[in-house]
Amino acid sequence: MADFGNFCLLLALCLSMYAFLAALIGASKKQHRIVRSAEHAALAAAGSVTLALASLLYLLINNDFSVSHVAGASNRDLPVFYKIAAVWGAHDGSMLLWVFITSIFCGAAIYQNRFRYRDMMPYVIAVLMFDLAFFLILNLFLSNPFSQLVQVSSDGTMQKYVPADGRGLNPLLQYWAMVIHPPILYLGFIGFVVPFAFAIAALVTRQLGDAWIRTTHRWTLLTWLFLGVGLILGGKWAYVVLGWGGYWAWDPVENSSLMPWLVSTAFLHSIVVQERRGMLKVWNVLLIVITYLLGIFGTFITRSGIVNSVHAFSDSNLGRFFVFYMLFVLAASVYLILDRRPYLKSEHSLDSVLSRESAFLFNNLVLVVACFAVLWGTMFPVLSQWIKGTKITVGPPFFNNVNVPIGLLLLLLTGVGPLFAWRKTSLESLRKAFYWPAICSVAACVALLASGMRNFYTVVCLTLCSFVLATIVEEFYKGARIRAKNRGEGYLVAAAKLTLRNKRRYGGYIVHMAIALIFVGLAGNAFNREAAQQLAAGQEMKIGDFSLKMAGYEEGQTPNYQYGRLILQAFKDGKLVRVLKPEKRVFFAGEQQSTTTVALHSTPKEDLYVVFAGISDDGSKYEVKAHVNPLVFWVWFGSAIMVFGAVITLLPDRLARR
Amino acid sequence: MSPKIKLIFGGCVVVAALAWLGFVGFQESKAYYLTVEEYSSMKADLNGKTIRLAGDVLEGSIDRSKSQMEFVLGNKGKSIRVRYIGNAVIPDTFQAGSKALVEGKVASDGVFQARHIEAKCASKYEAEFEKRNAS
Repeated sequence: MADFGNFCLLLALCLSMYAFLAALIGASKKQHRIVRSAEHAALAAAGSVTLALASLLYLLINNDFSVSHVAGASNRDLPVFYKIAAVWGAHDGSMLLWVFITSIFCGAAIYQNRFRYRDMMPYVIAVLMFDLAFFLILNLFLSNPFSQLVQVSSDGTMQKYVPADGRGLNPLLQYWAMVIHPPILYLGFIGFVVPFAFAIAALVTRQLGDAWIRTTHRWTLLTWLFLGVGLILGGKWAYVVLGWGGYWAWDPVENSSLMPWLVSTAFLHSIVVQERRGMLKVWNVLLIVITYLLGIFGTFITRSGIVNSVHAFSDSNLGRFFVFYMLFVLAASVYLILDRRPYLKSEHSLDSVLSRESAFLFNNLVLVVACFAVLWGTMFPVLSQWIKGTKITVGPPFFNNVNVPIGLLLLLLTGVGPLFAWRKTSLESLRKAFYWPAICSVAACVALLASGMRNFYTVVCLTLCSFVLATIVEEFYKGARIRAKNRGEGYLVAAAKLTLRNKRRYGGYIVHMAIALIFVGLAGNAFNREAAQQLAAGQEMKIGDFSLKMAGYEEGQTPNYQYGRLILQAFKDGKLVRVLKPEKRVFFAGEQQSTTTVALHSTPKEDLYVVFAGISDDGSKYEVKAHVNPLVFWVWFGSAIMVFGAVITLLPDRLARR
Repeated sequence: MSPKIKLIFGGCVVVAALAWLGFVGFQESKAYYLTVEEYSSMKADLNGKTIRLAGDVLEGSIDRSKSQMEFVLGNKGKSIRVRYIGNAVIPDTFQAGSKALVEGKVASDGVFQARHIEAKCASKYEAEFEKRNAS
């Protein structure tokens, strides 16, 4: 079965290389049938990779420990659900997952356009297959999940050997959010290859109107959504499983998934300017190239070990291949852009600073600066090693110092941008549009200051959040009122129908509202509190408005792990609010990894977050670490709204007949 | 001034302000990243500087008896004693034999005062595992 899997990957590589060549040859000879055969080869490659993935799943579920990846990522007692997740539980299998998703996306994009864009498609196919072939080569020759475990025996010969049991899936990964986090992130990284391929094809065929943007808009949105969800899931997992009390640490691998998200957000906004005013054509093409490359860069950082991270594992021979690939793609793209500059001229120029165009431009500037800052901070150790010989790392103060003000600027733009008109906003319309939101936000600001809040960034953040929320409510209200008056619908129905008729605009407003809510959640960080204490039975500790009382301790085991569980009663104002049961688990397989299970009491106002840190040496006291994190709820709630808003923009147009 | 010039000017002001903030944050948080072996050969130059030290947690060296955990971090024959003075929960991945990263400064008594600990499972465990199952 392992040989079969290997064979399927090799077949897929041959098919993708054939498709690459056939697409280009068919395009140059203008032979339609050769291009068709390239399409079929691409689809067949997807099928072949699917079979390879199926065989790895078969090997995992059947506990075939002669295969290196199975032995490294799974074990006999692992529940079946986690055996499936073991595909991406270690390096080689995760590379196969990457290749699988890539091949499916390529196949889907090609199939979707099989009757359209006949002049661009050969080049789209070529770019897609180039990407797929690159990763297949890495997967087959450098990171192969099907390789047999071998052992050098005493007489010097290499022999196949089969361990009695596997090493097991890292217990830190045995949590629902972590199981789906890598596949969702991969969907978010890989998806940008499709708009990228269309951009290159548009450049090559000199079709630099909106066609390439419009046809890939849904791909871009969906990929952006997956990337965002992947980021949130990673944060949620860090918060609930790792037990350090936070959800983002500016770790290089975290940063590497944030960077493409930042530039793709910029891209989603700047294409609106191209569609409305025919401006920013060069910028848009460049931006999608950068987005695609940052996606490759992200997986490069994770796999090459070039930057130290809690997530990254050294595999340094992969690194140089990634670097060559990225440099080649960058050089070829820049050459194409420079060569086709006459076709990328702007149709209009900026009329006024008080215009929606300039708000979008500022949005892009700020997002790109944020991405650059994150890139700088992440790669600084590599740079300083190169230039000065020692690695110098940079920590959260750097990232926060730059990104907090940027976040606030973005919040401001989110509120102000939709109020500006295209080309030039008259002062009169500005005054009318700003009126109510300004009143709301000033009121919010005054209320905050009156309640004693003095932290500058917090006051600014919450004021801007209320400004943004007010502008969005106003937009919905204005639109719904007109519709309700004309059609006699109730306001809520009118608002819903309005949204479905203008999905991009109103779905976008919902996403903006979600972002404002997330910022409310982020603002709570300035007021996080923590306390640690050793408690004997019956003892209490205080944190914030809560009091935690040590009520009991139990031990036990499951097939997978043994656990120690602390029972704590949480009181607020003298009343029992919740019984919290933080755990410490020691897993049987592998290196006896221990994990902590956080006990969480979450309300919109604050989270009470409790960790069982250990038992004192004499066995009589239990160490408890507690945090009170205000407003974290709004980060998760806002994320859910963001998904909802993005899904609305993705809905097919047939839903909105009227 | 054309709108474009105004926008470029405004953009430059914003970027300059952010660059300055970034620089301040950079100075606050920069740390030399060294392995224990590299550190031992550079000791003199690094007085008082914040260092991120990477190495392996030596077997049997973890001492949780005092109020602040101590252990020995080693790498290629060199080692250094570390005392954890932070107050976060020690990560689950921190065990004897795991790779650890500590951030802090060296005190006058030669013990490294770590404010921050990260740890991850060493890839050498693959070799260990293969050895254990080889019989």
